[in-house]
Amino acid sequence: MQIYLPIAEVSVNAFLLLGLGGMVGVLSGMFGVGGGFLMTPLLFFIGIPPAVAVATEANQIVASSFSGVLAHLRRKTVDLKMGTVLLVGGLIGAALGVLLFNYLKSLGQVDLLVRLCYVVFLGVIGALMFVESLNAIRKTAKGTAIPTRKKHGLIHKLPFKMRFRVSGLYISVIPPLLVGLSVGILAAIMGVGGGFIMVPAMIYLLGMPTKVVVGTSLFQIIFVTAFTTMLHATTNYTVDIVLAVLLLVGGVIGAQIGTRIGVRMKAEQLRILLALMVLVVCGKLAFDLLVMPSELFSVGATEGH
Amino acid sequence: MLRWLALLILVALPAWAEEVVLGLSQNEVAITTSFNGSEILIFGAVKREAPMPEGELGVIVTIAGPPEPVTVRRKERRFGIWVNTEAVEIDGAPSYYAVASSAPLDEVLGIRENLEHRVSVTSKLNAVGAPDTVLDASAYVAALIRINTAAETFQLLEDQVVVDEDTLFRTRIRLPAALTEGAYGTRIFLTRDGEVVANYETTIDVRKVGLERWLFTLSRENPFWYGLMSLAIAIAAGWTASAAFSVLRN
Repeated sequence: MQIYLPIAEVSVNAFLLLGLGGMVGVLSGMFGVGGGFLMTPLLFFIGIPPAVAVATEANQIVASSFSGVLAHLRRKTVDLKMGTVLLVGGLIGAALGVLLFNYLKSLGQVDLLVRLCYVVFLGVIGALMFVESLNAIRKTAKGTAIPTRKKHGLIHKLPFKMRFRVSGLYISVIPPLLVGLSVGILAAIMGVGGGFIMVPAMIYLLGMPTKVVVGTSLFQIIFVTAFTTMLHATTNYTVDIVLAVLLLVGGVIGAQIGTRIGVRMKAEQLRILLALMVLVVCGKLAFDLLVMPSELFSVGATEGH
Repeated sequence: MLRWLALLILVALPAWAEEVVLGLSQNEVAITTSFNGSEILIFGAVKREAPMPEGELGVIVTIAGPPEPVTVRRKERRFGIWVNTEAVEIDGAPSYYAVASSAPLDEVLGIRENLEHRVSVTSKLNAVGAPDTVLDASAYVAALIRINTAAETFQLLEDQVVVDEDTLFRTRIRLPAALTEGAYGTRIFLTRDGEVVANYETTIDVRKVGLERWLFTLSRENPFWYGLMSLAIAIAAGWTASAAFSVLRN
């Protein structure tokens, strides 16, 4: 069934979009990532103009994250206090990121920078997570108890300590604020919610339990992507509501299913799957940069008209 | 399902021995939510007030979508990776362009006539022109044509115009599903031995209607409320799915 999208001005198959939304929704509910880093390239591939794809998908992520968060709230796996602290840092970071993005845009080559950002961050994060969770799985298989990591480094000497009951942490608010800030900057430059950077940062830098991380990440993604949606809708007029509705119907259902799968799985398994997925996307992007394309020219709408 | 709206407007050019009398299956294309492309039937007759002149008769039909500025970028290898380097902006390239002819185009239309009337896609785009600042601008124009032809937004339909008894002609041109709004300029040329002896111009209006129209207008005129509406739908959908699943589980 073909549907004509009023803003994107293309006609697409409705069931294809429902399927794509559902697939990304499952991943979103399982891992606490918004799925933007997967959905953007997929939408480009089916012929949606890039500007519309980026803006509309932000709106769809609001829906699937909200659906996912409700499921996590019911299971009490959302640290609202930690989420709020991360969000404060995140919004400040996003504002700084937009300024930085516009500055780089004036220099040209922002497109290349975004791609390189993707390859570097996806590659590093994916590889680190993969190795770490593989080691964790090996240790459990051998039967040795995983030593609970109690770092008494600099992170515990900082002032403004706060108790995060759900995460079982008593740490300074400075590290979460900084994590939120840097993820916010990167998210704004890369045009995504930043879940795939936020999730590992919460696990490895803040030491939060994996189960709580997913819900908390989704919680803050809702606000960041809602902000992005409004920004795109009012400045670029690129949010296609028909496209968003088709994607989010699949997305919200997928997120519910994903959350249930995620709860049944072991933390290490969850991390290793996320790591593999991140590495696959990274590999595809790196491949595109390294291999000679069959068509050296590309046509795009001229910006600013 | 073609609507047969005959437009019988004559071109007042008494000096010419032959004139085009044209009909279109529809002079308006409405883009609805289920729009999946449209086929336009263009038909007409050659009107003569004198005996038929000498020379081979040719009929050419062109349809051009509204012009839009595009940027053509070229990739080059730098430091081992393929990056966009130079870019050329081409203003006024049509968003859609189809040429249908009664025989191969170079047989029914002379080179000089082609340039003068900008019939073929190459002469149409060369007339639009790229800035002189780039040395090999023609490579960018060629790339634009190649990419658009592959996407079927540029079509060359040779031998697709049927001519009966040197008088009646007809052709079908398919407009793709991914159509931009605007006035689609339609031209018909009659040629004798490659020389244009008569031409005729009209427009086909392509417009979004109903829900498509309403959403498009809202997004441009009230972007803030449009954005809020998008968010409200997202939140409502997220909540509905969550509620539905908890009902299912119990």
